[in-house]
Amino acid sequence: MNSYILGLISIYYLAFLFIVAYQAEQKSKRDKSIVSNANIYALSLAVYCTAWTFYGSVGRAATDGLDFLTVYIGPTLVMFLAIPILLKIIRICKTQRLTSIADFISSRYGKNRSLGVLVTIICLLSGIPYIALQLKAISNSFGILTKSLQNNNILTDHTFYIVIILILFTILFGTRNVEATERHEGMVAAIATESIIKLIAFLAIGIYVTYWLFDGFEDIFSKANIIHAAKQNFVLDKDSGMSKWFWHTFLAMMAFMFLPRQFQVAVVENVDEKYINRAMWLFPLYMLLINIFVMPITLAGEIIFGDKAMNSDLYVLSIPLNYSDEFLAIITYIGGFSAATGMIIVETIAISVMVSNNLLMPIFLGIPASKEIINLNPSQVIQYMRRLAIALIIFLGYLYFKFITEKYSLVSIGMTAFVVVAQFAPSVLGGIFWKRGTQKGAMIGLIGGTVIWFFTLIIPSLVSSGVLSEAIMTNGLFGNSLLKPYELFGMQGMDNISHATFWTLFFNTALYFFCSLCTKPTSIEHNQAVLFVDVFHYSKGIENSVAWRGKALVSDLKSLLESFLGSNRTERIIRVFATRNNVNMQNRYADARFVNYSEKLLAGIVGTASARMMVSSVSKEEDISLDEVVAILKKSQELMEVNKELKQKSQELKQLTEQLQAANEQLLLTDKLKDDFLATVTHEIRTPLTSIKALSEILYDNDDLEHEERQHFLSTIIKESDRLSRLINQVLDLEKLESGKVRVLSETIDLQEIIEDSVETIEQLAKEKGVKIKKIIDKNLPVFNGDKDRMMQVMLNLLSNALKFTEAQKGSITITAYVEDNNLYVNVIDDGSGISKDYQELIFDKFYQAHDQTIRKPKGSGLGLAISKRIIELHNGKIWVESKVNKGSKFSFTIPINT
Amino acid sequence: MNIQKNIKVLIVDDEPNILLSLEFLMKKEGFIVFIARDGEEAFDIIKREHPKIVLLDIMMPKVDGYEVCKFIKQNKDSAETKVIFLSAKSKEADIEKGYSVGADLYIPKPFSTRDLVKKVNMMASGVVA
Repeated sequence: MNSYILGLISIYYLAFLFIVAYQAEQKSKRDKSIVSNANIYALSLAVYCTAWTFYGSVGRAATDGLDFLTVYIGPTLVMFLAIPILLKIIRICKTQRLTSIADFISSRYGKNRSLGVLVTIICLLSGIPYIALQLKAISNSFGILTKSLQNNNILTDHTFYIVIILILFTILFGTRNVEATERHEGMVAAIATESIIKLIAFLAIGIYVTYWLFDGFEDIFSKANIIHAAKQNFVLDKDSGMSKWFWHTFLAMMAFMFLPRQFQVAVVENVDEKYINRAMWLFPLYMLLINIFVMPITLAGEIIFGDKAMNSDLYVLSIPLNYSDEFLAIITYIGGFSAATGMIIVETIAISVMVSNNLLMPIFLGIPASKEIINLNPSQVIQYMRRLAIALIIFLGYLYFKFITEKYSLVSIGMTAFVVVAQFAPSVLGGIFWKRGTQKGAMIGLIGGTVIWFFTLIIPSLVSSGVLSEAIMTNGLFGNSLLKPYELFGMQGMDNISHATFWTLFFNTALYFFCSLCTKPTSIEHNQAVLFVDVFHYSKGIENSVAWRGKALVSDLKSLLESFLGSNRTERIIRVFATRNNVNMQNRYADARFVNYSEKLLAGIVGTASARMMVSSVSKEEDISLDEVVAILKKSQELMEVNKELKQKSQELKQLTEQLQAANEQLLLTDKLKDDFLATVTHEIRTPLTSIKALSEILYDNDDLEHEERQHFLSTIIKESDRLSRLINQVLDLEKLESGKVRVLSETIDLQEIIEDSVETIEQLAKEKGVKIKKIIDKNLPVFNGDKDRMMQVMLNLLSNALKFTEAQKGSITITAYVEDNNLYVNVIDDGSGISKDYQELIFDKFYQAHDQTIRKPKGSGLGLAISKRIIELHNGKIWVESKVNKGSKFSFTIPINT
Repeated sequence: MNIQKNIKVLIVDDEPNILLSLEFLMKKEGFIVFIARDGEEAFDIIKREHPKIVLLDIMMPKVDGYEVCKFIKQNKDSAETKVIFLSAKSKEADIEKGYSVGADLYIPKPFSTRDLVKKVNMMASGVVA
């Protein structure tokens, strides 16, 4: 295949990743983070599967059989067994604003700068070969696809250009936010995407090999059975098999927790601790899926290529190429490419933060002239520092790949890196569970372990590449046979990696414990130790648990923060801090908590050690004794317990208050209804009163009125007086009904009789107005129990309303009555002016609906309908109206009848 | 009979019997009197006739008196019109609300006819701002 095309594909792929990352960043700016998602978190953990997994698993399976599985069993076990440890580390990092494993260890042991430097160096020792390993995979796969040879001239080497692009990409997404605790959302989104791509690619090649080239698992396994070499793959070595499995699995567990890139995605980029619950099963599932076809592909490779010398690391590519399936080969290439780039990006970002915070920044701050530069634009200085670190790391990886890795398989480089990373185990695990662990212990343990690592794994590789003489291997260092790199202190029968793991961790752990017990922790060490070990006690009140006594000017701290965070953010932070902790920031000297908080904020940007230096540069510290530290911490814990009790008490109080409030509201509502009623009634009474008063005054003042006019005014006064007394009667009547003082009599009622009686009563009025009344009443209406007079009142009210609103001489009123579904139905239908929809419910209401209601009910309705409604309800019935303006109204009520 | 030539007074109320007395009183003072039975009718007359004084009820069907007053005071053409609320709502809060929507005077019902006439006359002659 043309190398330009493949190069283009690679570049397109990176551009695609760039878009994914960019989109994620944009979304998170708009507060719609897609990275705040448990699935994305679990997928980002799969950055663990690098090109080593993608190509190397098959390679390792071909040489060592099932051993390759240990690398994946380890993390799976972590997910099942070590979740509490992971959670504790996450919580510590969040509360202390730690951004890397170097920060973690140096912060735990008294914010010690040299420890940070040491951890950074160890990370570089593991990281650079590991990055080189990825570049090797990219280069090899590129080479085999384009059938081009390795090229020693850098300028014509395709890998070199990929490296340049990778550096740019990593810089773009690693250094956008200065504060390293601010997560790299774009990067995480890109990594999760890569995890999906590499999984799909690997499954594709697996399915292709297993089901296309062969007839499934059974077919491959039975064919492979014939080949002796393949059989070996399933046999555990009798002597070292078990210990090898144990050590390798253990190693993978440590690596999964402490590799810089794993620490980055699992801890630093973690958005929510709860995501672990999802990752707990999703990540092991991912591991299972990506491994399921490793054995079939390995065996297939052995069957297909047989004795031909073929690099088993590249079986996944050579198999499709052997059958000229270029498309599948490209998919595989992209899978491997994504696995490699994912690892490089995350690892580089993780290590670059350490390098810039722990190596470059402290050195830079030590230069006298640096203060002026940094005051100009501190965040830019940090940014450049970090960019420089990124370029440096990837380029070192490239050089390592170019000049050293050629001779080693993917696996050996990877395992060597694992062993050195495992050196963090004693100081990290000891640090979070054992308060007695000290700075000296951690330091000496780490150095010891690393030295042994160098001796047992690096020296042999230097020997085999011819840098050192073979004598060390056979005779031991200085001719001492106890000091052979592969057989330290005469220990035999272990593979190199297990051997190295055992001895490095043996010395590391022993030195850590021994030196810790021999030295006394300083007050700051003890402070940090308690904060780390008891993080779940302190994480909430962290700002209060400060063992620091000294003097720092608020203004100094403020300007320090301003230069890193900008003045707006600083103002905001100070305001929030002051309100939350009830601190007066107007004081000249800063509160100890604020000093501590400032330091932590700065630590998020420049790392623990540098932040310490900066804060101490503006403050005068006094030493405090260990006892005082303990006392302060104890006090803050007691305070927290008191707090908890108070919280519970106030919770109870709150509940009580709520109940009281509800009761009060009910009372208020009843009260309000009464008020509304009173207001309505007052208004209704005032209206006729106004007319009566005005007209009487007119009559009094105007003797010269025409006789007709006088008569008109007088008759209006009489009508309005009637209205007034009717209203008063209705109010009293309604009040009686509402209060339940009135007992509804239980008489046998014949509805027909009621209707006839009421019509008779009103007939005379109707005749005068020229309105006809029609009755359509079913025969044999059943009787029911109720109050005769009250039912009569309802009928009369409905009829007189109907009469009032029908047109004189033209109108008619129809009454119908019938039984349906055990209910008596009565309708009073008129063809009068009708009621608009807005008032249809209002007219039965004795109140105006809303408090501020100023829209009036149609006049004349008075309280009659409200009274009728109450009466019907007392008979367990319902009353309602259907009406159209200018078409008439139909008032209906029903009464249930007991059969 | 005082002569208040050409001064237009609009009376807005939904109670025919109150209209009856108010109409009599205003006509007697020599005003040109217009009658509206609800807010919507009032809008039309205000737009058409530009009355100098409006006697306004609050509780009415469709559009209430507050809305009518707001309409009058917010409209350039009618902003000069004097508004007197005549309402049975007589709580302090009601009166306050009446003034807050721009009323010139608030007279609770039932009112004294002599007092009302005096105040309308003062307003018509511009004594009361």
